Amino acid sequence: MKKTAFLSMLALLLTVALMSTRSLSDGYKVGDTVQDFKLKNVDGKTVSLADKKDAKGYIIAFTCNSCPVAKAYESRIMALNEEFASKGYPVLAIQANDAEQSPGDSFMAMQDRAKAKKYAFPYLYDESQAVARTFGATNTPHMFVVKKDGGQYKIAYIGAIDNNQRDASAADKKYVEEAVNALLSGKSVTTTSARAIGCGIKWKNA
Amino acid sequence: MKSIFGLFLILLLAGAKPAQSQLVKVIKFNQLNQLVNQPNDTLYVVNFWATWCAPCVKELPQFEALRQAYSDKKLAVLLVSLDDKSDLTRKVNPFVRNRKIRSKVVLLDETDLNTWIDKIAPEWSGALPMTLIINQRRKIRQYIGKPLKEGELTTIIDQYKL
Repeated sequence: MKKTAFLSMLALLLTVALMSTRSLSDGYKVGDTVQDFKLKNVDGKTVSLADKKDAKGYIIAFTCNSCPVAKAYESRIMALNEEFASKGYPVLAIQANDAEQSPGDSFMAMQDRAKAKKYAFPYLYDESQAVARTFGATNTPHMFVVKKDGGQYKIAYIGAIDNNQRDASAADKKYVEEAVNALLSGKSVTTTSARAIGCGIKWKNA
Repeated sequence: MKSIFGLFLILLLAGAKPAQSQLVKVIKFNQLNQLVNQPNDTLYVVNFWATWCAPCVKELPQFEALRQAYSDKKLAVLLVSLDDKSDLTRKVNPFVRNRKIRSKVVLLDETDLNTWIDKIAPEWSGALPMTLIINQRRKIRQYIGKPLKEGELTTIIDQYKL
């Protein structure tokens, strides 16, 4: 009896373990509820989603210092914050590259970048890469728009900022902007995901 | 006298070599699709890369080595650059020349991933590098959405027993 109980317990544990690794690697889908996180900002303070009580949602940008595509999009991320922070959708930028493999993305390098470019939004260091994994972020930049729903945050959009990495003015689909504008006017988001060429996140060596 | 002639010949050939270096062709998605979905027995190893992508540049020699090792087998390596078209003469062509890349290189001139990606690799997020191993006739299709570790590529290819 004891043995059966032990075995079924073990089976249950295994299933749970398998399920959790699966959901981790798959990341969030549109509509999923986001688990809050605590990450260190370039100013040394810890930031979490729950901090801003008046936020209607967030524009979460997985980005970094070193990727040419992320650099090409940097000013567009800054512009998104400028346009939407006051309307209730501030930007939260998260850097998840392993600094050992990508020294240009160390916490100090992040501090320098945020200062030099006068980021008006937090630039958070996901040192353990747990947040990037939970979200299912794969590249830089990789955007997630989350909307506050009751006390929770739900994923409303995943993917690219727009459809032209080279030239913002030539982009004819501004995915993030359109998603946030739809949410602000109480409509549903038309394009809930779009992909873009980017640098793969530099994961720690297993 | 003969040796001087030989030396001259070697110098001539060595001097002529850079001219043989390929010029990268700019293609659209339909052309790419035709290139990799041919109804023959050739296994296509298609690597998506860019000159600005450090992990891509690091793994390129693996593709060159594979092409050489399998030169007598039905295998074709295709390196698809996702650099911007405007960087063709300034960056991509010199890169291919300097690194003496003999595998076929094309530059895919499609700025919007979402117009074509579902037709070839719906599981791809857009992060580089990305590699596809395809053969339509043998129903082979393997997607590799991360950088290849040293030696990993040949291990994968050897499974297909060419």
